[in-house]
Amino acid sequence: MPMINLLEGITQALAYEMQYDPNVVVFGEDVGLNGGVFRATDGLQKRFGEHRVFDTPLAESLIGGMAVGMATQGLKPVAEFQFMGFIFPALNQIITHAARMRNRTRGRLTCPIVYRAPFGGGIRAPEHHSESTETIFTHIPGLQVVIPSSPQRAYGLMLAAIRNPDPVIFLEPKRIYRLYKEDVEDNGQALPIGQCFTLKHGTDITLISWGASVQETILAANELEKQGIHCEVIDVASLKPLDSATIFASVEKTKRCVIVHEAAKTSGFGGEIATQIMQHCFKTLKAPVERVTGYDVTMPYFQMEKYYIPSVARIKTAVEYILEYK
Amino acid sequence: MKISAQFEIPYIQFLNEHGILNADTPAIISSQQVREYFKIMTLIHLFDKKAISLQRTGRMGTYAPVEGQEAIGTAIGYTLQKKDVFIPYYRDYATLYQRGAKLADILSYWGGDEQASLYSHQCHDFPLCVPIASQCQHAVGVGFALKYQKTNHIALVTIGDGGTSEGDFYEAINAAGVMNLPVIFVVINNQWAISVSREAQTRCQTLAQKAIAAGISGIQVDGNDIFALHQVLSDAIDNARHGDCKPCVIEALSYRLSDHTTADDASRYQPQHQVQQARALAPLIRLEKYILEQHIMSKSQIEAMRLSCQEEVEQTAMDYLARPAPSIQSMFDYHFESLPDYLIEQRATTFEEFDNAND
Repeated sequence: MPMINLLEGITQALAYEMQYDPNVVVFGEDVGLNGGVFRATDGLQKRFGEHRVFDTPLAESLIGGMAVGMATQGLKPVAEFQFMGFIFPALNQIITHAARMRNRTRGRLTCPIVYRAPFGGGIRAPEHHSESTETIFTHIPGLQVVIPSSPQRAYGLMLAAIRNPDPVIFLEPKRIYRLYKEDVEDNGQALPIGQCFTLKHGTDITLISWGASVQETILAANELEKQGIHCEVIDVASLKPLDSATIFASVEKTKRCVIVHEAAKTSGFGGEIATQIMQHCFKTLKAPVERVTGYDVTMPYFQMEKYYIPSVARIKTAVEYILEYK
Repeated sequence: MKISAQFEIPYIQFLNEHGILNADTPAIISSQQVREYFKIMTLIHLFDKKAISLQRTGRMGTYAPVEGQEAIGTAIGYTLQKKDVFIPYYRDYATLYQRGAKLADILSYWGGDEQASLYSHQCHDFPLCVPIASQCQHAVGVGFALKYQKTNHIALVTIGDGGTSEGDFYEAINAAGVMNLPVIFVVINNQWAISVSREAQTRCQTLAQKAIAAGISGIQVDGNDIFALHQVLSDAIDNARHGDCKPCVIEALSYRLSDHTTADDASRYQPQHQVQQARALAPLIRLEKYILEQHIMSKSQIEAMRLSCQEEVEQTAMDYLARPAPSIQSMFDYHFESLPDYLIEQRATTFEEFDNAND
């Protein structure tokens, strides 16, 4: 089995699906000859041709809307937005059209589209290159929001996203694009959308995260383990649809929960998960659900981003605080 | 001085405002076709009046009338082929009707039922599009797909004059140009974007010339003249299907002889003398003059045709009013191919509330 990183997991999934499904087309800015600014589409144009892997004019609303037109005629567009910070011109197309087309035509026209975008901070990038605005999309009826956090999950979830009959916002945690490699067999095996992944079993507290923050969450859990605190760690992976059952089962067991995300706190998706836990696990909970998140500030330029992104220390402090409730 | 680029925008009119056909008009439409055009335009004109009355009497929601621009939609519907893909803005009733949609579907749309855009016939046409100019980007994607699938079909999208100020319009014509896609952009210039006049939208002399910046051709046509419309559209469609430089922008000049919607009052902003002038230029008036002059139909034949159209419109209204209300489940059932757990749960909750409220 090849050892690949998260970024290569995406490339491998795109190549696999393009090989077997001629309706899959990949497009965006610099995705062709250049293979994407992060190289997620590296080699695809050479392998599958300029008609299937191509650069659009520099126009994000076009990328969003063109995908709608293509999808309604039977294609399966995989559209790349170069950074999440540049997706906003396309929000009209995603929200008013891609998300609604099936509903407003009662199933006559559908939008099996994957909208890809690298997101999050931590790579010392310029302004507007480090946002985490996944909650904008989770709030929109008709959208699915998927965030992989390992090479295997990047591969399996990307395959699932392309094969999904409805639009998927596929957000890629660029901070961990190349963090580590693992064996990922190129067998076309998709992972289910709408399922959490329990990365570490524990009995004292449930830690819930997604995207790049899964890394700090795991590191915090490992350090806490040395203190005798056994954390269960869940990678949400699909924000919408959310696998609430796995989360409730874990919290029923541990009776405590800390949610970790890089996005700003207010109206962040952690608030949604916390509310659901409060409703379903109210009698079991021994402490309020705590959130460790980015602050309600504009994503700082990179000199200060390490103070913004939830750190191992902040997660540990939150866990220790929640464990004080008896 | 070196001139880097120059351009000109042709204007095509064959049937003038007096109902007289220019001598150099190509023999493009037979008498039979003229009768068909006249019938569809009359039908849509009467449908429009009926739709307004349904709204005024509380039996339909807000409606966007089409009076004054009946010829443009009719010509588009007439010249497109079945397997072409039509991407409308929101007054394209004549085209949708000819594409196979039922007029009752259009009433259902403005009557607040999503079932309307299912249409009762097999097609890949888009539903009416309210967010201005966004449909132009879909047309690019459709054009791409039709080319990718190696078909000979084309995409045709309509947009209003105000819509040409939107970024989506510029992005779309630019992309269609650079990718050489079989997409025709028809700008229905009815001079008004709600209350803002065409002159307040742009300093451009024509809206057609915006095509030049996208490297594609732009042409103006009298949008109240079916002969000119038929010729210009047929040429553009043929070119998109078989030509070397496929996309183009057609600006069809007309005038909105109605409120923007039934929620609007055009007398607040349309100068009265301008409206009076425009009324005299309306497409049905001049076509009727021509038909009588050329003895294509007699007055009594026209009257009989009008009566039959009115009957069709009345039947359409009855069909619409007899349609069952949409089921409450349908609010949930079409967001995804299969219903996710959270919607199953919410769907159940809503029914409990609804049933309790009825107890």
